[in-house]
Amino acid sequence: MKNSYPQFKSIQIRNVRHWQTGDLTELLIAGGKFVPELTGQAELVLDGQGLTALPGLIDAHVHLRDPGFEYREDIITGTRAAAHGGFTAIAPMPNTNPVADTVPIIRYMIDKAATAGFCRVLPIGAATKKQEGQELSEIGLMTEAGAVAFSDDGVPIASAGMMRKAMEYAAFFDRVIISHCEDPELAKDGVCNEGIVSTEMGLKGIPSIAEDIMIDRETRIAEYLGCHVHIAHVSTAGGVECVRAAKARGVKVTAETCPHYFTLTEEAIRGFNTLAKVNPPLRTESDRLAIIAGLQDGTLDIIATDHAPHHTDEKDCEFSLANNGLIGLETCFPLVYTRLVEPGHLSLADAVSKLTANPARLLKQPKPGLEVGLAADLTLVDLEETVTYDAASSLSKARNTPFQGFELRGFPQLTIMAGNITWDSGRLTK
Amino acid sequence: MAKIQPLTAEERSIRRTAEDAATQLSSRHLLGMQGLSPAEIMLILDTAFVMKNILSVQTKKTAHLQGRSVITFFAENSTRTRLSFDMACKYLGATTSNIGSSESSIRKGENLFDTVKTLEMMSTDILVMRHPQSGAPHYVAERIDASVVNAGDGMNEHPTQALLDMMTMIEYKGTIKGLKVAIIGDAMHSRVMRSNVWGLTKIGAEVRVAAPPTMTPRHLEHMPCRVCHDVREACADVDVIMGLRVQLERQRSALFPSVNEYAHFFGIDSECLDLARPDAIIMHPGPCNHGVEMPTFIHEHDRSVIHEQVANGVAVRMAVLFLLNAKRNAELSAN
Repeated sequence: MKNSYPQFKSIQIRNVRHWQTGDLTELLIAGGKFVPELTGQAELVLDGQGLTALPGLIDAHVHLRDPGFEYREDIITGTRAAAHGGFTAIAPMPNTNPVADTVPIIRYMIDKAATAGFCRVLPIGAATKKQEGQELSEIGLMTEAGAVAFSDDGVPIASAGMMRKAMEYAAFFDRVIISHCEDPELAKDGVCNEGIVSTEMGLKGIPSIAEDIMIDRETRIAEYLGCHVHIAHVSTAGGVECVRAAKARGVKVTAETCPHYFTLTEEAIRGFNTLAKVNPPLRTESDRLAIIAGLQDGTLDIIATDHAPHHTDEKDCEFSLANNGLIGLETCFPLVYTRLVEPGHLSLADAVSKLTANPARLLKQPKPGLEVGLAADLTLVDLEETVTYDAASSLSKARNTPFQGFELRGFPQLTIMAGNITWDSGRLTK
Repeated sequence: MAKIQPLTAEERSIRRTAEDAATQLSSRHLLGMQGLSPAEIMLILDTAFVMKNILSVQTKKTAHLQGRSVITFFAENSTRTRLSFDMACKYLGATTSNIGSSESSIRKGENLFDTVKTLEMMSTDILVMRHPQSGAPHYVAERIDASVVNAGDGMNEHPTQALLDMMTMIEYKGTIKGLKVAIIGDAMHSRVMRSNVWGLTKIGAEVRVAAPPTMTPRHLEHMPCRVCHDVREACADVDVIMGLRVQLERQRSALFPSVNEYAHFFGIDSECLDLARPDAIIMHPGPCNHGVEMPTFIHEHDRSVIHEQVANGVAVRMAVLFLLNAKRNAELSAN
């Protein structure tokens, strides 16, 4: 399946609110870029009344399951879901089968996404062969082929020595190591946060220190080497504090969190709700508040989704046996807007930067924005209309979301990537 | 000192201070003590004493579950709980069958839903289920029409064990309300501890839990119990001392240094008995590691009611099956 939306050589969007200034503005698009003026009438004229224009969102952490697990998601459904969520670039983790640890897999991902035309795919290569933590993968060759960063993601590199080598080597190619911080011994067999809920439900917990200790380790290695390291999906107050302290020491560290960590707590798993089973696990209210504080003071640079599609059978089972993860591409911006911007935790501009400029810098992408001369990557969101989220609306193959029934605002109505329409709710073009 | 004796029915009725019993259970499943109201707990316990009378006569057979079928599905090994349910079913006249973890469908990797659906389609009315995963009976209960009885799920709950423990306490103390109960042993992995804490505190007991620090789950103090690391502190002035089974393979996961050291610091010894009230009873869900949780002389002590617990287990399970069946009948006639 390919993008079959009608496409236009030139587009004029009138009466749309600018995400930074809040002013009504007009956007002109031709040749895949924002232009100062059009020669003659635009092929498509849209009235953006009531909508806000954002630069195309960039997700620094997704799972596309392709190749190898196409029963959960593939590059086409995953990129369609991304466009639906307002994204114009997404960075898939390498835990495919085979693992994305060689050039052909990297090329396959980029090319398949480009052919489909819904969203750019910026692959994250495996830092070590087969994510086994034993030997470096071909980081240089994968970089040449288009890999934007390197990570062993959910199979954290246990050896500090190996992590040091990976950071040093990747830095030579101007690439960053993204670390899923989890001490394997402390986290062993855990299925949720270790705390009141795990104790009451009789579940083996993952202590917050499993994350904190590894964040501390990675920032110490990065500090020693003078390398940049990026911390994936921070979920703990201690983790936020580690990153904050490292930044204060001048360490080149960036960090991300996900909408579920500022929206939900461990309480969501009560009743053995496998849809809220995720790794790192949902933590406590004080962790949730620390995540929000980390977003506010810039300790947490990036909001990523960790979009993790799973088949129904992998969630419809005993809690301890259920897979970790939730789909997040299509609820990301509405959660950011409804749970962070509306309550006043973040300005719209700061929130959008954590979904655009900051991930772009991490992934070595051009600066996103609505300015003339930049690639016409944008999404138009409705900040007024309240939508009761229904997973049935998802374009992903998966439905594993804990946000069913949430009342949210900020759903994208139209997404454009390099001047091409990639998602259209039909509201503007009807 | 003579062997401690249970109270007579009259003595019990005088001391009974817990609230009134419900007339019916609110759910057709028994998943845990967390889901029972105090009045439902009293209904089950009162019914269990009636069942115990049935067991004391020579012809131990009733027709309460005549024509009903019960399957005991034990995905984890068990001797006494499984047998106890099996005997309870037979005394009530139910048709019973059982499958275990070594059965071929489990070995072949059939998923839990397909397994229990298969059992249900053989006209099963009540499914008694033990499973190594916490929450597995809750998962099943949402998906089948048969009644589900949790016979132990992972580290979560073992409600019929707590009920038989409570029945035993009432038998010797007359009431649960106001009792001080010390639970000693591997609290981290114990569904017996969790069910007892939930159940006992609902009807007014005070519960203390003492375990080695490596076997104390984090934030246990947020459950309705007092956490003591010192066994002697826990036993001071209590009415009941309950030991929990230590799975000796835990030593290999380095939760305690040696059986010898465990017994020395965390075992129930005569000093514990001296600290407790003079009429305190000694309990253990079994099977006991003699010389670890407690020495044999305490297991067989005049104040030990460990063997009576087993007898009460059958009566409690008869009561649970009887009441769930009554609830099913009521639901059927209502539809």
